[in-house]
Amino acid sequence: MIKAILIFNNHGKPRLIRFYQYFAEDMQQQIIRETFHLVSKRDDNVCNFLEGGSLIGGSDYKLIYRHYATLYFVFCVDSSESELGILDLIQVFVETLDKCFENVCELDLIFHMDKVHYILQEVVMGGMVLETNMNEIVAQVELQNRMEKSEVQVWASI
Amino acid sequence: MALKIVKGSIDRMFDKNLQDLVRGIRNHKDDEAKYISTCIDEIKQELKQDNIAVKANAVCKLTYLQMLGYDVSWAAFNIVEVMSSSKFTYKRIGYLAASQCFHEGTDVIMLTTNQIRKDLSSPNQYDTGVALTGLSCFVTPDLARDLANDIMTLMSHTKPYIRKKAVLIMYKVFLKYPESLRPAFPRLKEKLEDPDPGVQSAAVNVICELARRNPKNYLSLAPLFFKLMTSSTNNWVLIKIIKLFGALTPLEPRLGKKLIEPLTNLIHSTSAMSLLYECVNTVIAVLISLSSGMPNHSASIQLCVQKLRILIEDSDQNLKYLGLLAMSKILKTHPKSVQSHKDLILQCLDDKDESIRLRALDLLYGMVSKKNLMEIVKKLMLHVDKAEGTTYRDELLTKIIDICSQSNFQYITNFEWYISILVELTRLEGTRHGHLIASQMLDVAIRVKAIRGFAVAQMATLLDNAHLLTGNTQRNGICEVLYAAAWICGEFSEHLEDPMQTLEAMLRPKVATLPGHIQAVYVQNAAKLFATVLRKHDGETESQAAQETSQLLIDRLPLFVQSANLEVQERASCILQLVKYIQKLQQKNVEVAEEVTALFAGELNPVAPKAQKKVPIPEGLDLDAWINEPPSESESEDEKPKAVFAKEEPKHSRSRHTEVDEKELARRREVRKQEQANNPFYIKASPSSQKVYDAPGVEHIPVVQIDLSVPLKVPGMPMSDQYLKLEVERRQKEKAERKKKEKKKKREKRGKERKADSGPESEEDITPAHQVDIVTEEMPENALPSDDDDKDPNDPHKALDIDLDKPLADSEKLPVRTHRPEALKSPAEDRDSESVPQETKKKSGKEKKKDKEKDRKRSKEEKKKKKKHKEVEEELLESQPEEAVQSEETKEAAAPPTSTSAEQEVCVLMCVCLQEVTAPSSAAAAVDTSSAAAPESEPDEPKDTEPEDTKSSKHKKKKQKKEKEEKEKKKKKRHHHHHQHHSDAGGEDSVQNGTVEEEEPLPVSQSHSVSLKQEVKVYDIQGNHQDESKVVVSVIFENKSDSFLKSMEFNVLDSLNSKLQRPEGAGAHDSLTVPFQLPPGVSNEARFVFSVQSIIMPQKLKGTLTFIVKSDESSTHEKLDFKLHFTCTSYLITTPCYSDAYAKLLESGDLKGSSLRLEGINMPFHHLLARICFHHHFSVVERIDSCASMYSRSIQGHHVCLLVKTSDQTVSIDAKCDEPSLLGNVLDEIKQTFSKC
Repeated sequence: MIKAILIFNNHGKPRLIRFYQYFAEDMQQQIIRETFHLVSKRDDNVCNFLEGGSLIGGSDYKLIYRHYATLYFVFCVDSSESELGILDLIQVFVETLDKCFENVCELDLIFHMDKVHYILQEVVMGGMVLETNMNEIVAQVELQNRMEKSEVQVWASI
Repeated sequence: MALKIVKGSIDRMFDKNLQDLVRGIRNHKDDEAKYISTCIDEIKQELKQDNIAVKANAVCKLTYLQMLGYDVSWAAFNIVEVMSSSKFTYKRIGYLAASQCFHEGTDVIMLTTNQIRKDLSSPNQYDTGVALTGLSCFVTPDLARDLANDIMTLMSHTKPYIRKKAVLIMYKVFLKYPESLRPAFPRLKEKLEDPDPGVQSAAVNVICELARRNPKNYLSLAPLFFKLMTSSTNNWVLIKIIKLFGALTPLEPRLGKKLIEPLTNLIHSTSAMSLLYECVNTVIAVLISLSSGMPNHSASIQLCVQKLRILIEDSDQNLKYLGLLAMSKILKTHPKSVQSHKDLILQCLDDKDESIRLRALDLLYGMVSKKNLMEIVKKLMLHVDKAEGTTYRDELLTKIIDICSQSNFQYITNFEWYISILVELTRLEGTRHGHLIASQMLDVAIRVKAIRGFAVAQMATLLDNAHLLTGNTQRNGICEVLYAAAWICGEFSEHLEDPMQTLEAMLRPKVATLPGHIQAVYVQNAAKLFATVLRKHDGETESQAAQETSQLLIDRLPLFVQSANLEVQERASCILQLVKYIQKLQQKNVEVAEEVTALFAGELNPVAPKAQKKVPIPEGLDLDAWINEPPSESESEDEKPKAVFAKEEPKHSRSRHTEVDEKELARRREVRKQEQANNPFYIKASPSSQKVYDAPGVEHIPVVQIDLSVPLKVPGMPMSDQYLKLEVERRQKEKAERKKKEKKKKREKRGKERKADSGPESEEDITPAHQVDIVTEEMPENALPSDDDDKDPNDPHKALDIDLDKPLADSEKLPVRTHRPEALKSPAEDRDSESVPQETKKKSGKEKKKDKEKDRKRSKEEKKKKKKHKEVEEELLESQPEEAVQSEETKEAAAPPTSTSAEQEVCVLMCVCLQEVTAPSSAAAAVDTSSAAAPESEPDEPKDTEPEDTKSSKHKKKKQKKEKEEKEKKKKKRHHHHHQHHSDAGGEDSVQNGTVEEEEPLPVSQSHSVSLKQEVKVYDIQGNHQDESKVVVSVIFENKSDSFLKSMEFNVLDSLNSKLQRPEGAGAHDSLTVPFQLPPGVSNEARFVFSVQSIIMPQKLKGTLTFIVKSDESSTHEKLDFKLHFTCTSYLITTPCYSDAYAKLLESGDLKGSSLRLEGINMPFHHLLARICFHHHFSVVERIDSCASMYSRSIQGHHVCLLVKTSDQTVSIDAKCDEPSLLGNVLDEIKQTFSKC
């Protein structure tokens, strides 16, 4: 199970947070800060696994993260997930973002947090991996966007 | 209306959207909080508007602000509003916001049940998908219970996109509502073989998650998973399955043997590192579970270890990490194979990556032996000194202690060394683990008798240098070790060289700055030391030393008597009085040492941690029973304050105490009053100490801050390093000596020396330096053996420890939607008892063999029947539903004349329920089905929507039953089901304006004998209106025969008004293929879309289902006719309406009126309303006494308003609608409903 997915930038500013277990807002912020603190002080050439922070999870949980340019993608998972598998999943997710936004950069995430959520929803659902096939994810996202567009057009034509 | 929209869109142009908000926040970096608060005000305004687009935009912005840490729970209701928008765009925004900020405590969640249910059954797969995704984040036990059945139905949806989401979310449902696991499991299992890889992967995911927690219940699935593993090419699925096998093999070693080969193949063939790694991992698990000392397996272990070593040596840090992780798994069972790689692992301790260091530490735990323990710990101590950051240092500290103390100090040969290690650890700055060190000290001192002398000496030194540890009390927990030190010195004071000095150290004024519980131990153990001193000087007349000791105590103790800590104060005052008394005796030259020592005589033995739990409960002991008669409530209220009073004012119990106590009490009272530590009215008891320490409180005490970052060498303390050298020398010496001696002799000696020497063979040569006697922990006699002590009772997965192989019982069904649980209860109970004889009756008529099969079928049917509750509910709403059923036969005569015209009709009407997407209601239509053999369908079955109808049809059937003996059995069965529903409904309490359907066994051909029944049950037809002209009907097909049904094709004869939607390119009369096959006893659901032009008239469609019946020897083509009946009511959607809007609507004058009078209605008004609401999809706008206004809307937007009045037994309904013929038909249908009661 995935307990949380956090995306923040090199300064710890959250760009997307997705908790699959309830935490109050202030606790969420604390977790983000702690996670950022743990992750940001690591060099880029150390391993991508981190035994979880004290706030989220506990001994069974691990932070698995990847650092892309200005953004950290952090998944907090328990022992039922394969570590290398989750690393691949992050890669799939980022590549999907790249396809959907065409050369994704931090600004896309900043201004389209909702869209990033919708894409993530096609990858992970309720803390479990839903789909790992990038083409399928992109297809579903596009179909939904098309539906949204058609609704907007209907609305505009009124 | 149009104006409103225009206005809304203008508003919207001026609103900020999400991008504007983000831009704004970025432009206001200096006063972000202020800017956001103005934005929140704007959002609040936007939320007040009617325009859903504006609302959705506002909610979208709130979702962003939630990410920034703003609590947006105040908008929960608006979020629900946006969720219920009919537009996908807005719905999606609403569900996203809900999934981000709803949780179990959100109260509006309970308002969402119907909305979610409606979305789940939406014909638009993305509406359903969005609802499932949202629900997966905020599902509560209530939602899980109410929606479990709907979600389970979705698991068989035609779209794989929905199926995979429905399968995944079931896991969440199981967690919240464990009762659903067994009923849903068979279908979940089916999904393991779903043709769509995504669905399959989801099912594997869920089952792996379940099996991980309770593996033994899933062992029976192993063959299936094995098949999947060898056939699947999806790495994700493979990884999950392989991980699952890792959990299963320890339970079933035979499985392991089979796994080795395919796993090795995978290792060789895969290029994915993740898969390869998991394979290696599982191979390790298999080898561990297999290898009971078999030599060839230990060779494979060696092979694995070698492979892992390659990983660890890899330059990729991730692989290094994982290699270490996997290594630690081998370590648990095969420590020796890992120990040879000690060099590599110690090397990893120097890695710059903390994750890797921690993993290496973990490994060290299992690698120690008697031989290398000292060496490894020395290395770790070096790391402790070097470590940056307290977290890693604390981790090191706990690891050192874990390593040393594991399996009862098995690897420690020299406890003096261990004590000095512990003492060295006390110098760690700012550690949180003082209590850990303390408990180790206590443990060793108590359990290793031989070490006590040394330990006491060390502890005395610690106490003497206590100021070094407590230098900065506020930021460390290290002073906990003083607790242990004081206790050890006191308890084993006979070993002290100079008890007097230690006593002095324990009574230093500075002690008063320690935490209360430590002070208490100090005081108590000072008394023990006092006894020792007295005993030492026993016999010396007029011993100066003894008198001095008494005086010391009398001087110093008052400091503690004034302590704010109750425990310290109480102990100190007790002991002070005791010492004063002893002093008096001493002055009279009375021998007191003997008596004082007797105070602390006896030895404490260590007790096993779980000992208390394992004491068996004596027979006949009931702790919950009252010993005396329970006091009346008023009494207990009186008593309670008394008890509190006694506690707060300990005066009574202390009246005999001396002045000091009185003062202390007075002081405490004052302190409490002023809530201040310094009190000008404070009266001193012992002037010397109190001046400095008491009044001003702890924070005024000048504390010497000592920087301990450089490890200090505490004077007089041996360094652990010395022991290492000594140990090496000792061992060499021993070796030399041993060569001279005979081996046998030594072994005997060793056997005596150590109780539990289970160390590895190679280490047998090392004898411990101390003749250590490890006292084992005490357990109560006849303790109960139990292994499950470690399980967490709060673990949600505990509830899911359910045997899944047992066949489903009748009672195990998912709850179905029903109305008003209160109304249901009593009749349901009655029915329950009624259904029992029914069942036995049925069973007696059948062969046992079949019985079993039937049971299975029935349980499945019942699951699906949940949806029937509508019917149940309706009946239960009647005042005496039970009688209605019992007197079926008599009622039959009175049943509507239509039924008599039916001749050989074996079959059946179904109620069709059409659900509208946008409203939580469903419209109902009816389906008549007739068997191929009896093609004559019933003429004009009137509005079959109502349960009464189904009842009447049953009556009909009863009649036929008389005529056709052959079918009797089936009917009984049906009858039985009928009862079952009622009992069902009793257990459920969810409300649903849902679906009704009646199921009947349909013999396909009359020529079939009863023993070979070929029944196709078509029940539960459920539909949805997506837009104005589309209706979705879902049909559940159930195969009640013993044969396999395949190639099912569904066709409906289109009318001008209603057409079955066929895929593009298909002819107007082509059949639709049902996308599944039905094995015997299985049912499944398919959905069909109809387009409808006019909804103002009810209509019927004839349809046919063709299928191939395949039995062992032959296969035949069969056909089943049925009718779909769409009533006008079925086009209505329950739409809530506010009373002012309702008033406006009536005033507008666009509506045409009509009215209806019903005579002889003998039911409570609210039941009447409930019936109208339920069967005709109205909602109550307003109700005043015996008058109510109701509203509903058709799918094409016709407004229907009712004014219902009742007096005596007459009900008059005035109705208005903008479409008179629709209104007329609806009223007819309402009339029909009530004519049947």
